[in-house]
Amino acid sequence: MNIKEPLGIVGQIIPWNFPLLMLSWKLPPALATGNCVILKPAEQTPSTATLLMEKIADVFPPGVLNVVHGFGPEAGKPLASSGNIDKVAFTGETTTGQLIMQYASKNLNPVTMELGGKSPNIFFNSVMDHDDAYLDKAIEGAVLFAFNAGEVCTCPSRILVQEDIYDAFMERVVERTKAIVQDNPYDVNTMLGAQASNDQYEKIQSYFSIGEEEGAKILTGGAAAKLDGNLANGFYIQPTIMEGHNKMRVFQEEIFGPVVCVTKFKDEAEALEIANDTLYGLGAGVWTRDAHQLYQIPREIKAGRVWVNCYHTYPAHAPFGGYKKSGFGRENHLMMMNHYRQTKNMLISYDKNKLGFF
Amino acid sequence: MERVAITEAAIKIVNQLKAQYGALIFHQSGGCCDGSSPMIFEEGEMYLDESDILLGQIEGVNFYMNQDQFEYWKHTHLTVDITKGRGSSFSLEIPLGLRFIIHSRLLTSEEQKVLNP
Repeated sequence: MNIKEPLGIVGQIIPWNFPLLMLSWKLPPALATGNCVILKPAEQTPSTATLLMEKIADVFPPGVLNVVHGFGPEAGKPLASSGNIDKVAFTGETTTGQLIMQYASKNLNPVTMELGGKSPNIFFNSVMDHDDAYLDKAIEGAVLFAFNAGEVCTCPSRILVQEDIYDAFMERVVERTKAIVQDNPYDVNTMLGAQASNDQYEKIQSYFSIGEEEGAKILTGGAAAKLDGNLANGFYIQPTIMEGHNKMRVFQEEIFGPVVCVTKFKDEAEALEIANDTLYGLGAGVWTRDAHQLYQIPREIKAGRVWVNCYHTYPAHAPFGGYKKSGFGRENHLMMMNHYRQTKNMLISYDKNKLGFF
Repeated sequence: MERVAITEAAIKIVNQLKAQYGALIFHQSGGCCDGSSPMIFEEGEMYLDESDILLGQIEGVNFYMNQDQFEYWKHTHLTVDITKGRGSSFSLEIPLGLRFIIHSRLLTSEEQKVLNP
């Protein structure tokens, strides 16, 4: 018989972009499978975890759920390299991912990694067969690059459009992007707030300059946004569409802002070639009215999550994780529970008689 | 002619970290959240092999990048700078409330001839 047992003590290191959501993806499966957890939130966002702990502190016996705050070199590294833990789960970027795997290897500890992406969002010509609710949905699907100010590891940050609809489709996408309301995030009418920090704000702007130097054409945006009043010093970036080709650095690196790069393709083969020409493989979007394409194209994309005629939905029963340098392991779904469990196989003999060998 | 340079402000921090930790290396990250940042570690901290390209040395500190990433970056010149900010990586400047940041420009055709023949 097979018995599922907890691993023991799990170290979890989570990022700043969705402080509560990332915590709620990591913490419950580890606790539900019977582990103790040491959670290290990102330095940029310590409050969310602290406030949640204040609410749920009494629910768990002492020592079961622990939160450690601190800087990476001083808190994250000692946690990841500790011989007293039995597993590390990490969401973040590649260099830290490599270091964590390296530390875990010294203890022969298992790890799961989610390291970002540069997700393609592919629009086949059939999306424009009719000017209907579905086309409206597809246009919104393209503009979802601005969701959460682009600070999402699955940000659909590369738009691929079939060449025969390229001009007409992108005209609609640019128009919709220009209609984004960028204002105070506490205002319910605001669609796009500021970036999370000064260094992200500067990083995004440095991508605008390298993009333009590489020859990318700005279709809209392309600069910081200057707001008035008490928002004047906010880290606002205009929602931006850059047109270019897939070898450009802006097409290859996670900008982590409301910035999308767009290029065209002629057929399915070229769409797949561009979609898979990336170091990452976390998310992808496929938009088509063709029943064959909506199955065949996702099968050929090297990514852990392919949204078809939708994007940015995260149901709890759908496994989420990456191919290639986007990492490994799956969050949500029953699969995540198994990343936090041992399997003990017991072979029990009910026979009183010896084998007869010796 | 070099692929990577460093600003005066960043030199100050590199030297401060050297005084504290000894020999250092830079490794360019990619991916989510704090990705696309140059990170600084004690020499020997990170396992490096032939898949890590040595782009050059700045202020006596070797600057590495993974080979796969270098394929997309090799036509650009990089300048390491420093800015205020918080990070969640293991990079050693983070506790100072500072972060290294990369500025990029295209290599000139002269530089291309020498660096990417």
